[in-house]
Amino acid sequence: MIEVENLSKTFKVYHHRQGFFGSFVNLFSRKHRIVQAVDNVSFSIKRGEVVGYLGPNGAGKSTTLKMLTGILVPTSGRVTVNGYIPHRQRKENAKHIGVVFGQRSHLWFDLPVQESFELLQRIYRIPQVEYNQNVEMFDALLNIGKFFRTPVRQLSLGQRMRADIAAALLHNPEVLFLDEPTIGLDVVAKARIRQFIQQINTERQVTVVLTTHDLDDVEKLCKRVILIDKARLCFDGELAALRRLLSTERILSVDYAETYSDISIPQAHVTYQEGNRVQYRFSPEEISTANLIGAILQRFKIVDISVQEPDIEELIKTVYEDNRALEQRFTETDAIDLTNRNT
Amino acid sequence: MHHLSLYLHFVKLRIRSQMEYRFSFVFDLFSQASIAVIDFFMIALLFNRFKELAGWRLWEVGFLYGMIGVCFAVAEMVGRGFDVFQNSVVRGDFDTILIRPLGTFFQVFSQDFLLRRVGRFSQAFVILLIANSQLTISWSFVKVGYLLVSLVSGTSFFIGLFVIGATSCFWTIQSIEIINIFTNGGVFMGSYPFSIYRRWFRHFFTFIVPLACVNYFPALFLMEKVVPSGVSTLGVYLAPFAGFLFLGITMLFWRWGVLHYQSTGH
Repeated sequence: MIEVENLSKTFKVYHHRQGFFGSFVNLFSRKHRIVQAVDNVSFSIKRGEVVGYLGPNGAGKSTTLKMLTGILVPTSGRVTVNGYIPHRQRKENAKHIGVVFGQRSHLWFDLPVQESFELLQRIYRIPQVEYNQNVEMFDALLNIGKFFRTPVRQLSLGQRMRADIAAALLHNPEVLFLDEPTIGLDVVAKARIRQFIQQINTERQVTVVLTTHDLDDVEKLCKRVILIDKARLCFDGELAALRRLLSTERILSVDYAETYSDISIPQAHVTYQEGNRVQYRFSPEEISTANLIGAILQRFKIVDISVQEPDIEELIKTVYEDNRALEQRFTETDAIDLTNRNT
Repeated sequence: MHHLSLYLHFVKLRIRSQMEYRFSFVFDLFSQASIAVIDFFMIALLFNRFKELAGWRLWEVGFLYGMIGVCFAVAEMVGRGFDVFQNSVVRGDFDTILIRPLGTFFQVFSQDFLLRRVGRFSQAFVILLIANSQLTISWSFVKVGYLLVSLVSGTSFFIGLFVIGATSCFWTIQSIEIINIFTNGGVFMGSYPFSIYRRWFRHFFTFIVPLACVNYFPALFLMEKVVPSGVSTLGVYLAPFAGFLFLGITMLFWRWGVLHYQSTGH
């Protein structure tokens, strides 16, 4: 469905001089530096997969998506989506993909949702029957009927996102690209969108590629994750494998009812202590969460207790720090190179 | 056909949304028409004193004024998308255009439609009609066709200027203001017979930026005025096509700009 081979993208970033005189000088001499946004990335995605494309800010996620959607032309390497080369066959490719950028709407902001949809129906030449079926289904799943006649600019963020995702799927695309589809949404709205994506994927076999910072998104939706950092691919495989690969350390936070002099627990390290609040770091391989909580309850009185999993940023950090993970993926020189880059 | 019906649909939506602010619409219409009337009044005053300018009488100049005014008003009405393109590049909306299965030029062109330019259009058109009634132009089938082609060509010329301004946004993000010298300045310059300008100036606005080709030369032909020395009659016949050629070249420039955007992003 999607084939990416040795894909690279470099940008020239120009140094802009300030002020009136500066902007005049800019026309003639512009200093620039070369920024490698995507560096030799390869992967292949099959029909019906849901893939999380993850990485910290500025890692090159959006740049990759822009190359897959035909917005940007790669500096080198090959891309095909549905058999089309996105930047060469932009219009053909566009007919078969749906795109949502969470940060910005693709709808006409002064038109009601309904009219935006009807415009899209004309643009993509969607047959009336198909259009009606889709609108009906999206209403049932996303409840868009409630704000169908409201101008897009008056929608709440959650409503706008629902409208945008529905709009991206109106023409029954084979592939759906989502860039931060749940950014800024509340828990309920997030859950609704995740459920919708899942349903569209299972019912229509739509291939989904999404970028996100939200680990919940990934856990609920993606079997497979592709990790990218500093423009390079650093992991491609099942989410479960990624977890296994990494030392899956977790954090246990406890609020004790009293002040204890010795709060040490075997197999768990105190990482933080302030008053009666203590944080332990532990690895479920050494001690299960249940046993750890049991051990604490046996000895101390507690007010509150919670377990946190590392978020994506931390996961990625661990990928770099943990050489075991790197050795699985790269040759030794690459690994050394990467670790050097990180320091 | 698909494109035409889509375009008409876009225009319909735009007109409807602009009609929602009816008061502001009517007010704009009225104020624009009044400004334009004063504009022509100034020219009339000039002629009240001098009677003639380089062999051109008041209503002959009025004919020039009407022609260029009609073209510019229509260009502003339909070419609005390019005129305000700067904003959409800054907002990053151009990415949205690139994910649609339609050409970029068509999408920007159909993005906006400024109905309120009807005010300016009608004023210029009325002046054109009055000028015609004051002159004794012997209208023939060929001349009517020639006038229509000239008007469409003049409109294409101004749209071409908007396209240049819009395309420059791919490099500078801000539209280069210099284009306004040619658009607004072009309307002003085109309102007077070209023979009053200097030689290099005439050449520049004939061969590089073909303003004279869509206005002055057609007017010469239609009013059967004496063709200035050094200008071939065939050149006068063919002059209106320069507007289409100009638009075509700016479309190539646009395409180049889009390629630049796709390789650099923003």
